[in-house]
Amino acid sequence: MNLDYHALAPEMVVAATILAVLTLDVALPRRLKYWTAFAGVIGLTLAALPLVTLAFGGGPGVRSMLGGGYVVDDFALVLKAVFIVGGYLVLLMSVSYIESDRYYQGEYYLLLLTSILGSLIMASSRDLITIFVGLELVTGPLFLLAGWRKGDRRSNEASLKFFILGVLSTAVLLYGMSFLYGLTGSVDFEGIRTAGADLLESGAFRLAVLFTIIGFGFKISAVPFHFWAPDTYEGAPTPVTAYLSVGSKAAGFVGLLLICYQAFPSVTEIWGPALWILAALSMTLGNLTALRQDNIVRLLAYSSIAQGGFILVPFAAAAVTNDPRVIQEAASATIVYLIIYAFMNLGAFAVVMAGARRTGTATIAGWAGMAKHSPRIAVLGAIFFFALAGIPPLAGWYAKFAMFLAILRPVHPWAVALAVIAAVNAVIALVYYAKVVKAMWMDPQPEEGPSPELTSRPLSGSLSLAMGISALFVAAAGILPFQLAGVFAQAAKVITSGL
Amino acid sequence: MEFFDSGWGLTLIVFLPAAGALALFAIPKSQEGAHKWTALAVSGATAVLAVIAVALFDYGAAERFQFGVSLDWIPAIGAGYHIGVDGISLPLLTLSAAVTVLCVIYCWDHWEEPRNVRGFLALMLLLATGMNGTFVALDLVLFFIFFELVLLPMYFMIGIWGDDADRRLPVLGITVKTRIYASLKFFVFTLFGSAFMLLGFLALYFRSGDFLGSNTFDIPALIALGSENAFGSGTFAWLVFGAMFLGFAVKVPMWPFHTWLPDAHTAAPTVGSVLLAAILLKLGSYAFLRISIPVLPDMAREWAPAIGLLAVIGIIYGSLACLAQTDVKRLIAFSSVGHMGFVMLGIATMTDVGFNAAIIGMVAHGIITGLLFFLAGSMHHRYHTREIARLGGNQKLMPWMGGILAFTAMASLGLPGLAGFWGEFMSLVGAYRPAAGLSPGQFQTFMVIGAIGTVLTAGYMLWMLQRVNLGEPKPEWSGRTFSDVGRYEWLAWTPLIIATVAIGVYPRFVLGATNDAVVNLVRNAFGG
Repeated sequence: MNLDYHALAPEMVVAATILAVLTLDVALPRRLKYWTAFAGVIGLTLAALPLVTLAFGGGPGVRSMLGGGYVVDDFALVLKAVFIVGGYLVLLMSVSYIESDRYYQGEYYLLLLTSILGSLIMASSRDLITIFVGLELVTGPLFLLAGWRKGDRRSNEASLKFFILGVLSTAVLLYGMSFLYGLTGSVDFEGIRTAGADLLESGAFRLAVLFTIIGFGFKISAVPFHFWAPDTYEGAPTPVTAYLSVGSKAAGFVGLLLICYQAFPSVTEIWGPALWILAALSMTLGNLTALRQDNIVRLLAYSSIAQGGFILVPFAAAAVTNDPRVIQEAASATIVYLIIYAFMNLGAFAVVMAGARRTGTATIAGWAGMAKHSPRIAVLGAIFFFALAGIPPLAGWYAKFAMFLAILRPVHPWAVALAVIAAVNAVIALVYYAKVVKAMWMDPQPEEGPSPELTSRPLSGSLSLAMGISALFVAAAGILPFQLAGVFAQAAKVITSGL
Repeated sequence: MEFFDSGWGLTLIVFLPAAGALALFAIPKSQEGAHKWTALAVSGATAVLAVIAVALFDYGAAERFQFGVSLDWIPAIGAGYHIGVDGISLPLLTLSAAVTVLCVIYCWDHWEEPRNVRGFLALMLLLATGMNGTFVALDLVLFFIFFELVLLPMYFMIGIWGDDADRRLPVLGITVKTRIYASLKFFVFTLFGSAFMLLGFLALYFRSGDFLGSNTFDIPALIALGSENAFGSGTFAWLVFGAMFLGFAVKVPMWPFHTWLPDAHTAAPTVGSVLLAAILLKLGSYAFLRISIPVLPDMAREWAPAIGLLAVIGIIYGSLACLAQTDVKRLIAFSSVGHMGFVMLGIATMTDVGFNAAIIGMVAHGIITGLLFFLAGSMHHRYHTREIARLGGNQKLMPWMGGILAFTAMASLGLPGLAGFWGEFMSLVGAYRPAAGLSPGQFQTFMVIGAIGTVLTAGYMLWMLQRVNLGEPKPEWSGRTFSDVGRYEWLAWTPLIIATVAIGVYPRFVLGATNDAVVNLVRNAFGG
């Protein structure tokens, strides 16, 4: 077996970090356990280095191994960078949160890093087996992490719901995949693509495609496969929720991108309408339900369902045309949205954690008057929530802009209809994002509000750092989106090149 | 000179205020004096730059975009940093820069609760960047960004410093703060419009590729296509015009999209109302002249009767609503619906007379209604009420304030010799003979209805004056003394008063800049 160790370096560094965390956890006395967090942060930083050398160090643009099943190309590099930076931010957010619970610190970072490793593998996977292993490596540790607060019944419920629906979706996905293998005799995407072209009329093949899409639909919590998400998000520890709504969701989307554009480009007439419906439902129902939430975590849960719908929109554009340029732009729009969303949402969750620390609650009403006692958190909150709403000049506008650009490119009535649905939803979303900002800035502090001891609690440096990095990205990407756009166009060109 | 020709002048006019807003946060919060002076210096410098631009502007070539620069910005989608001014945008840019600095001066000793000088000034400067940017943007994406950029500061201005009274919502049956209701309504209405506007922009972008080989967001390039009538008059063009119409009409606002306006203007703090009325409303009507009409001339002509109809409905509706108002500020807010109706009627005629009327109408409305909102704010500051029924004898209590109010009300009702006259008069003249292809009978009907509107306008303004200014002061004010117009008020208002007279007597201050550009626009769009 011929392995390219340079290309595998990020995964290997993360794997080594996992082992190091495991060893440190055993070796360190209890009061020094927080060192495991540092080990994780350092490990992820080191893992990012080979990405840089791979991207800018010359050498072959595409490094393929394991018989084409594992590929490191521009697409994989861009997404791995996102997974590592996103994981890094989640680690920063976790440090003080997990430390304050004082138990199982080592295990927490071990599981989180394992999940990140899974997402790195997904980005490179180019066959059904690797993508499945990657996906399960992402999800498995999260079942445990969601139930981290053992004494809390809601955390138990979160974990249980997530587990049951996660297993169900895995079963559906595997069922679809087994059909695919049976029909095409191949597990790698290229083989499925070639063989699938002759199977267009086969009912079983169509069913297999749909099962696979539904399997991923659970992972990205698209309506109507979203039921687990709000309860799981609310019950899980907040940093884990942040990771669920960004890292594992992005992994699901990566899977969907790969499957749709690499394995099923010939059957767009099956997955196109399916994803059109998922996108429209996710945006509309996610938003309408979010409007009624008074808990900010639940609000973000439904908002992330709606945002998932926006991310799905470009897929539907790719389905109504055969023009490779349009398809490439659609893939690029999905990637752009995914990445900008990752930073906006991580920032928003970091603000939720900071706000909860200062007010002792994550209800909208409990945050009233935040601008008075914690103006910095209130400013950051306004930045992230309005970025999520897509208000220029914050980064969210470019995500939505790229999405609209992609869906309107193929002049087609269905595409235009989806664009109109998306436009209306963008306005609905503003109402609930503004609700949080309004509470922070415009409502008076309630008399029975948080005590001064609470509102003067210091924030941990790592949480502030996480918010700072996200805010910087959100501001910079909003004003100068072109660097981003160029990088992602390249990544999209790679993934859609097989068409 | 070189400085302006290279595009730096305009760039500074746009971004200096934003930089100033950031700079304010470098100064500790307690040093309010430093904040005021910084804001004054920044907005003053911006206004001076705008005046220099006015001086250097080549009026012989007013139809050309001047002082511009065009740089790559998002090459992946062909969006550029392309800015410039022509005769249409120059008066509005100047108005925007001037009103901002007057607002800073007015603020000096007028702070609404919860004070927070630094935050308020920072938002005002950020708003200035959005407003100035919209008037110079020559790229659809850039235009969109600036157009939206004004939302956030205004949302916070209304929501934090606005009217704190409770308000019961009719259908939902819940009670909320007026400022919160108004700020969200403003935000959601405008965003709803601009979401569709963006869809329209993108449709233009894609269709432009069919003619140019590559897609473009560049406004002059799209205008050039429009003058060849490239986008045609089919369903596509109809939908695109409609999508952009939604975005611009909400911003103007045209009846029936106006319902956010009375709430937002009444609830906003004084300076917020001034900026809303003077500048923000102009963004929509300006966009019609800059984008919709030159790019889709055939559609503009097809939509013109509808626009004209909505405009005259707005004129009559605004006037009648004014007659029913009991709150001074709400009355002024509704008067804006009527005045912007005249602007839109001018635009609907699709003639050079009408477009000139629209621009001078915009400038005049900005100056006069801005001044009216200043006055309403100052009177509220002194009486602590805006109830018309409780006011009265203002002229006796505060002679100067009363005098300026009378003057401004006269200007607002369109008294010849003052700025408000030209916009109304010329748009009615334009409606007498609309562009070829439009039904003269229809527009002459609009003209008659508009003329009735001018009478109603005079009616409600004079009635308001009579109730507020004349007569004896109400018993509740007896024995009270009121400080008349203060130093900062004089400083902020005098330029507006002078401009009202100057434009009224010599409208070429505005028309001299606009005419060539407008004639050129009409020639390119409609031929002849």
